[in-house]
Amino acid sequence: MSDYISLLSFGPNGWGDELASGLLITVTLALATLPFGLLAGFLLALGKNSEEATLKAAANIYTTIFRGLPELLTLFIVYYGAQIALQSVIKLFSDSASIEINGFIAGMVALGCVFAAYASEVFLSAFKGIKAGQYEAGHALGLSRFHTLRLVILPQLIKLALPGLSNLWLILVKETSLVSVIALSDFMRQTRIAVGVTKEAFFFYLLACLVYVALAILSSIGIRGLERWSSRGDAEARS
Amino acid sequence: MSEITSRPPPPATATGWTSARITGVAILAVWALIGALLIKVLVDGYDPEIYQKYGPRILTGVLTTIELIVLSISIGFVLAIPLTLGRLSNNRLISALSFAYVYFFRGTPLLAQIFLIYYGAGIFRPELQSVGLWWFFRDAYFCAVLTFALNTAAYQAEIFRGAIQSVPKGLVEAGQALGLQRMIIFWRIEVPNAAIIALRPFGNEIVLMIKGSALASIITVYDLMGNTRLAYARTFDFQVYLWAALLYLVMVESLRRLWDRLELRLTRHLKRAPD
Repeated sequence: MSDYISLLSFGPNGWGDELASGLLITVTLALATLPFGLLAGFLLALGKNSEEATLKAAANIYTTIFRGLPELLTLFIVYYGAQIALQSVIKLFSDSASIEINGFIAGMVALGCVFAAYASEVFLSAFKGIKAGQYEAGHALGLSRFHTLRLVILPQLIKLALPGLSNLWLILVKETSLVSVIALSDFMRQTRIAVGVTKEAFFFYLLACLVYVALAILSSIGIRGLERWSSRGDAEARS
Repeated sequence: MSEITSRPPPPATATGWTSARITGVAILAVWALIGALLIKVLVDGYDPEIYQKYGPRILTGVLTTIELIVLSISIGFVLAIPLTLGRLSNNRLISALSFAYVYFFRGTPLLAQIFLIYYGAGIFRPELQSVGLWWFFRDAYFCAVLTFALNTAAYQAEIFRGAIQSVPKGLVEAGQALGLQRMIIFWRIEVPNAAIIALRPFGNEIVLMIKGSALASIITVYDLMGNTRLAYARTFDFQVYLWAALLYLVMVESLRRLWDRLELRLTRHLKRAPD
């Protein structure tokens, strides 16, 4: 037992500091992806919710692609594909320059694209839950379309979309583990390195699982707070 | 008394080239451009040697992927039934244990689960050898099937539990009023009604499994993704990833279409007959 504890100590002999730095990257990656994915997902949902058939079709093509591809494949395509594309652009200007794509950015783009595809569906069904009367009321009050969206629709939308989005956040945290396959030293990769050196596969992978479970529990606590905040206008919530 | 002035009518629905249409057409044009570019990459990069060498491998990979999915979904389904009953059980201990199982498998990355089972089993090699199970855990393919089955069982159990709990109470009460036994009410009234509710999420779970099965390639299973990675590592030809993407999209889309048909057929009694 004490062997296992010394394996986790901070310092040259333990893996505690390596794992902690990996965990930091995992959490940063998930947090950095979130706003990008939410914004793109919202814009996509606006497109799908629009009456314009071309806009709808354009948004649906996006969803079909990114919901159909395995996340791992999306990650490889972004990581290697962007590298090849950038290299061919750079070759136009100079022969010798070579470029390496940052794994963090590649992970962010790939995970963000997938997140946006799923988030757009969540936003779309939230849009469907808001009655036409709300838009008409905004119009009747003389609000512009942008103001109706921001002041009347958005607060209700957030409340309706929150359960679905929290689910997607939990999925996102788990999926950050995929970036360990491309060269990014996130928590999963540090765990793999630790296993490679110490050969304690069962211990370290079980630990990794438990850390992800802990992240999920922590997220749930945060989400509950957000839910309370988003439903603060509800009559029932006050009782 | 002030006069009520008539308000102007609401703006007419815009026709012709609205800003929304311009944006829509522009984005569609970008999509068409990307599509054309990808086709150009595939045509320009056509290399008969690579196609002959890796084409059949990748197609076998598709079969391996399908096999992985069918096996894991079916084994997962069998495991999900007792789990669902456990989640619905009134026994505190049983329901807590099933909840812990579901929470663990839904709360941790599939990648970590695969590593835990495939590499973690090595620690228990002597024990596994003594019970004669080492051949199973030594093989990456079996480990992948086991992990996927355990994982999807947790998700399926949640789907079934939700579906059973959303069957209207009145149906159960009607069964009780008819004097039916508890078991008959459960299997003949609750389960068939829940099956219709569970159909769509179950289809989504299969899609997730198709996508998740790509992770098997990381523990050296030569499924579609595994063969694609092998081909890329040897040729550095980016096309192979595009072909894999296409194949995965075809698999997911055909399943989606099939599921829409299935749903239409199973819910035909709920549709109003046309007048």
